[in-house]
Amino acid sequence: MLSFNVIIAACLLYVVFLFLVAFAAEKGARRGKSAWLRSPVVYTLSLSVYCTGWTFFGAVGYAARSGLEFVTIYLGPTLVLIGWFAMLRKLVRIGRTQRITSIADLISSRYGKSPMLGIFVTVLCVFAGTPYIALQLQSVTLAFRTFAPETATAAVAGSLDPTAVWVAAGLALFTIIFGTRNLDVDEKHNGVVMAIAVEGVVKLVALVAVGWFVLFHVAGGPGAMIEMIEQSPIADWRLQADRWIALTFVSAAAFICLPRMFHVLVVENTDEKHLATAAWAFPLYLFFLSLFVVPIAVVGLAVMPPGSNPDTFVLTVPLAFGREGLAMLSFLGGFSAATSMVIVASIALSTMVSNHIVMPIWLRARQQRGGDPGDVRNIVLMSRRLTIAAILALGYAYYDLSGGGAALAAIGLISFVGVAQILPALLGGLFWRGATRVGAAVGLVTGFAVWCYTFFLPSFGPGALLSASLMAEGPFGLSLLKPYALFGIEGLDPFVHAVLWSLLLNTAGFVLGSLLVFPQPLERLQGASFVNVYRQSDATRGGGATLGEAEDLLVMAQRIIGTRDAQALFQSVAESQGKRGYLPDVTPAFLETLERRLSGSVGAATAHAMVGQITGAASVSVEDLMKVADEAAQIMEYSSQLEAKSAELERTARQLREANEKLTQLSIQKDSFLSQISHELRTPMTSIRAFSEILMASDRMKLEDRTRYSRIIHDESRRLTRLLDDLLDLSVLENGKVSLHLETLNLSSVIDRAVAATEGQSFEPMVRIRRERGAEAIPITTDPDRLAQVFINLISNAQKYCSAPQPELHIRVSLSGEMVTIDFVDNGHGIPASKQGLIFEKFSRLSDTRAAGGAGLGLAICREVMDKLGGSISYLPGQGGAAFRLVLPRAKAVAA
Amino acid sequence: MREPVEPLFLARRTYRRRRLMDAAHLLPWLGAFLFGLPLLWSDPGTAAGLLYLFGAWVLLIVLAFALSRRLAEDPGNRPEEPGES
Repeated sequence: MLSFNVIIAACLLYVVFLFLVAFAAEKGARRGKSAWLRSPVVYTLSLSVYCTGWTFFGAVGYAARSGLEFVTIYLGPTLVLIGWFAMLRKLVRIGRTQRITSIADLISSRYGKSPMLGIFVTVLCVFAGTPYIALQLQSVTLAFRTFAPETATAAVAGSLDPTAVWVAAGLALFTIIFGTRNLDVDEKHNGVVMAIAVEGVVKLVALVAVGWFVLFHVAGGPGAMIEMIEQSPIADWRLQADRWIALTFVSAAAFICLPRMFHVLVVENTDEKHLATAAWAFPLYLFFLSLFVVPIAVVGLAVMPPGSNPDTFVLTVPLAFGREGLAMLSFLGGFSAATSMVIVASIALSTMVSNHIVMPIWLRARQQRGGDPGDVRNIVLMSRRLTIAAILALGYAYYDLSGGGAALAAIGLISFVGVAQILPALLGGLFWRGATRVGAAVGLVTGFAVWCYTFFLPSFGPGALLSASLMAEGPFGLSLLKPYALFGIEGLDPFVHAVLWSLLLNTAGFVLGSLLVFPQPLERLQGASFVNVYRQSDATRGGGATLGEAEDLLVMAQRIIGTRDAQALFQSVAESQGKRGYLPDVTPAFLETLERRLSGSVGAATAHAMVGQITGAASVSVEDLMKVADEAAQIMEYSSQLEAKSAELERTARQLREANEKLTQLSIQKDSFLSQISHELRTPMTSIRAFSEILMASDRMKLEDRTRYSRIIHDESRRLTRLLDDLLDLSVLENGKVSLHLETLNLSSVIDRAVAATEGQSFEPMVRIRRERGAEAIPITTDPDRLAQVFINLISNAQKYCSAPQPELHIRVSLSGEMVTIDFVDNGHGIPASKQGLIFEKFSRLSDTRAAGGAGLGLAICREVMDKLGGSISYLPGQGGAAFRLVLPRAKAVAA
Repeated sequence: MREPVEPLFLARRTYRRRRLMDAAHLLPWLGAFLFGLPLLWSDPGTAAGLLYLFGAWVLLIVLAFALSRRLAEDPGNRPEEPGES
């Protein structure tokens, strides 16, 4: 008996060998030796990933249980391959021209690049892939247990199965290292494909070797074998027509729709001609793989003790005859079958998950944060690695949940029926231009739901996910909805039942949805480029213009510029070419005319692309068309951004100009202020100096003269002091360092104080002040000293400048809301409109008559004070004389 | 008047190729028929069924080999595909 450790060591060595093969293949590919690496033989052998642990172990078990039925699983793919010219060739051509990366990508791309369909197919494939992965775990676990029966007893119900856990973890690690070491731009994995091809050889050699041994060394030749078959329990098997047809059909569908098969068939395909070889070579491979299945099963049933698991006959039969080397080879074959499936399936599934689920979510999240997408490669790699681990974890969970006791073939069929749900959308997409996105979505959802209900969920056993009563009587006692007998059709085999209803309802939903819903433009474009894929690529090669093209051009032109105009255009061109009818020769001149005509409606770039697409002058994919549209949109957006920016620049320039003007004015003002102030200071200083010199120089001076001169000196120095005081005051006010002393008092008392203060200046000509004491009785909260200062200024202004023979000042007070308005109106000649803007500036005096020695700072101070008190001062025109209006809040906010 | 030989030869080749394509399209249907035939047997013995199925399988492989060898040859001026719309 081979020891368990030897088996483990052999596995590890084998894995190392596969790594070396993959490395060598990748190295060779980098050195440009891909011709040999990408030969039809390697392509054909890589298709052997179809034959998994199910084939290697399960087929013999299947044959032992149900005779010849096992062969249907290989007849379906045979039919697909020998019919390559009708279907696979088109699929591969589309995959290459549209740069398809997975089956989800194909469906999404065909139906208008719908992200929703991509996500849905991905989810469906993950669901359907889970039992299949579980199957591989189960087969490898079974194989290990055959060599180490003691571990079988270690598995306690409810606890984790240690062998299966180790197998799952090992496979996950293996696949991550193998499949996601780097990110290929075109999703082609030279190394993996080569390793898969080698594994394909190992599988075939191992199974043929066991078969050969059984046929010639145990049975003793083909004739004896036929006799043995007739006497074995397998001969009792009777063909079930419904299962036979359904199995062949479903295996054919799964051969195309399984993510891993699609991956090796379409994505990894480098040359369409390889299909021509695979068309007969892969059926041959399947033929040899199936040839010895029945003999092994028959011998197994004959020599093994009753009750032993037929799924392990490939291992136990050589062991029973003491052929340990053969058993080891057989074990490695089975190990190859399981690992190659897990590697390719999880690479394909992780590509789908990262491309259709993770990346869109991540990019959208980044977009919302306004970030730049950055380097997505690491994200993609990480998401793929996590997906691989998650897929294997799911596979283990399924294995654990289903108890690991079911026959391998039964598990595999669940996956097959699941992925077969993609078939209607796929075939419809390839051959029917009328298939739409909504139809595909409806069909897929319906098929998926029916598959889950009638096959996937019941597969966990009664009472696991669907209760036993639901299985027996239907949900809520509705016997029409029993999972194994929908709509009252009893007695069908559960598998046939699930296939029938899921695909029937799926197709019905797909067709109805397609017939009823009008497709979007992109769907129609993609539909045309998928269904007519040969026409496009042939046109690019041929180059010769045909009538067919002229017709296509007419059809397109009619859609764009209208039926009548298009026909008139085509007719006139045909006439000028000397032809009758509507279809002129497709000459460059005609194309130019047409393009120009079309560009009037859809823009030059698009017209060129559309004409190019039909004539094949420049092969433009729909993606390119979308890019053109995108670019146009981007350019428009860019130019509108530019416009907005230039408008903003203009605004800024205007603001700058204004600021500059203001600064220039301020500089002029500052200059004039300086000259003003030096002038204002100089005038009194001059007279003070002059008179003091006179006083100093002459001893003999009359007393009255001395008194006069001293008075002048005194007055001038007082004026000087006042000027300096005013300047100081203004500077304090302007710098905002003033502190207000708020009090609440009656407004009339403030006016009283101001009037009293002005009356003291007896040398001024008296002005009569008219007041309205009733209206003045308003309590206000303000700084009374500052307010009085403003009043005094205004009253003394009136005294100084009012030119009326009997000067009169009218003080009017009114209250509006929280604001108090105080008008000072005199009966003089007022201020001319041209000067009204200047009066609040410093040193602005309307005339040069320095009547009261004012420096022209009064109104400027008034303005600052009113500002500080939270109010304002303005000149009020049209009142008959000079009129100033003060607006003041009743209560000055303390915070200011 | 002497007809040029070349076009006649080309047309004949194109014609042959068209029929070859027809055959390639029909081959899976033949396969389906052959694989479905045991359904009509009254009581196929397992061994006889086995021999028949594997025989049919070999026949199909040989036919596919013959057809795809010819179809995979460089068609030169490849004609338009029939039946694609």
